[in-house]
Amino acid sequence: MKADKELGLALYRKMLEIRRFEEAAADSFQHGLVPGFIHTYIGEEAVATGVCAHLRQDDVVFSSHRGHGHALAKGVSAREAMAELWGRKTGCSHGRGGSMHLFAPEVGLLGSNGIVGAGIPLAAGAGYSFKLLKLDRVSVSFFGDGAVNNWSFHEGINLAAVWGLPVVFVCENNLYATQMSFAKATKEQDVYKRAANYGLPGVGVDGNDVLAIYEAAGEAVRRARAGEGPTLIECKTYRTMGHYVGDPGTGYRPKEEIAKWKARCPIERFKQKLLAEAWASAEELSQAEEQVQALIDDAVEFSRSSPWPDPAEAMTNVYAGTAEGGANA
Amino acid sequence: MREITFTEAAREGLAEEMRRDPTIIVLGEGIGPRGGNFQTTLGLFALYGEERLRDTPISEAGFTGLCIGAALTGLRPIVDIMFADFGLDALGMLINQAAKLRYLSDGRLKVPLVFRGCMGGGNSSAAHHSGCYYPFFMHIPGFKVVIPATPYDAKGLLKAAIRDDDPVVFLEHRFLLNTKGPVPEEEYLIPFGQAKVAREGKDATVVAISLMVHKTLEAAERLAGEGVSVEVIDPRTLAPLDMGTILKSVQKTGRLLIVDEDYGPCGAGAEIATQVAGRALDYLDAPIRRVNLGFATMPFSPTLEKALLPNVDTIAQAVRDLLAA
Repeated sequence: MKADKELGLALYRKMLEIRRFEEAAADSFQHGLVPGFIHTYIGEEAVATGVCAHLRQDDVVFSSHRGHGHALAKGVSAREAMAELWGRKTGCSHGRGGSMHLFAPEVGLLGSNGIVGAGIPLAAGAGYSFKLLKLDRVSVSFFGDGAVNNWSFHEGINLAAVWGLPVVFVCENNLYATQMSFAKATKEQDVYKRAANYGLPGVGVDGNDVLAIYEAAGEAVRRARAGEGPTLIECKTYRTMGHYVGDPGTGYRPKEEIAKWKARCPIERFKQKLLAEAWASAEELSQAEEQVQALIDDAVEFSRSSPWPDPAEAMTNVYAGTAEGGANA
Repeated sequence: MREITFTEAAREGLAEEMRRDPTIIVLGEGIGPRGGNFQTTLGLFALYGEERLRDTPISEAGFTGLCIGAALTGLRPIVDIMFADFGLDALGMLINQAAKLRYLSDGRLKVPLVFRGCMGGGNSSAAHHSGCYYPFFMHIPGFKVVIPATPYDAKGLLKAAIRDDDPVVFLEHRFLLNTKGPVPEEEYLIPFGQAKVAREGKDATVVAISLMVHKTLEAAERLAGEGVSVEVIDPRTLAPLDMGTILKSVQKTGRLLIVDEDYGPCGAGAEIATQVAGRALDYLDAPIRRVNLGFATMPFSPTLEKALLPNVDTIAQAVRDLLAA
């Protein structure tokens, strides 16, 4: 896989943005500034970055409960994503959703989702629209290994395959569904192999290698856009933090396993690759790092200074016609 | 005016809408060339083809979820779930996704989805082909719930449901499907939230739902022979619920009975009774009464099934009890 300089820097920068965002979100949470609870994407940044690099703004993404990375990769600003975690009016869901309900239809994010697997049939439905309306838009569903033993995986992928819908299904297999190890959840450990039974291409990829993901997703998105149907991509990866911020993530996972995956950090690996292949200089990378840090610092300050939602609006937009708006993606 | 059946009227409404709007699609089991288990789509496949009348495998949750995703991205899908009971497998997608996405996106997404199915007992269809379930949806912000009782209403309300920008649950009672009534050939829509006074009266108000409107009208006719004047109200939609028409009637009669072929606890009747008690208690001359489905799983054998279902006798007796109170 060849990456040109511009692409290499863009991928690096986006992965770093997600990492720094998650670190700042966790820090905000630990300081009591983020209500509820959050799931971070630390360790999995390559997947959202590599896939979304191929998407247009009018393509749509249905994300999971671990969705901050998908939102940022699809084009939600760090400001709007962070402010949503903080519960502020300026958040991408105007404070209505929080971490697991990030919505930004303007840039094609049709939601992170608190229900595991729910995005799979929803993504198939968007694909149904695009096919019927003869649009060359693509629908993407991101889900974890926790979703693949749920009805939604079977039914959603089966329907997309049999009807030839323009969908890319991306399984982020981080080997644990909360504390449930994938080895204990299902016998066949390669999710991508299931694709054969549904009659669609299945591709297994190193989920910590952004270029491998970029390559696999490129073909899947091309196929979808060309009307050749859906693809299942399995990215084997790892969340190096706990399931949620506050979960040490150690009781059910061997320390050696965590250490092994930390050593495979997708960002550090890609950085070394960029330097080794001379796609970027150390100076360019440190400049990117500074810019990303400034972006995230700004997002936190933006959240801090943003107003809370007005309680008077707590019951608007339950039904059509109760507030301004109503346009769809 | 010509008379056609409930099913024909609803289908005519669907056909008019599909002709008018190419973004309308129907998904369900057997709704393609077969024309629907209840003939909901008969003849339409030949006109609109496979992409707009899509036969599905038995994946209720999957194709319901798919329709929600399609509704988010420019289509107006109709899920034809056949028996309402089958929709329970899709309840998670309906409640957690369809009903919540407009709110969560603060109005930037909409889910123009119709979820239609056949409901009701009395045919020895037993535990998995007889349920009504409308209170499930009344309970959740985001849904509209439509329960037409006549061919005229079936057409006008289905057309309104299809044009609505929110998820609409549209439930058709099995024993209404072949009933005939006057239906205009020209286009009309019936707005939601407008109850109909199906019979005027002065001694007692009976709010009846779906098929129960007709059972209650029969009971009212019988009671008229006993010198009792019953006002019968058909809410037509349970969400939104036209409490104004119900309250106005109760203020006139002072007595309220709710006839509902579904279970009592937390049901449609419980909601209506609570609202009337809260807003018109001073007008009530007797405690509010309800007639409901017996609180047991719908049995198969006709003698058992009959024991649970409201009928003209039990409705008439409930009115007499109400007047004696």
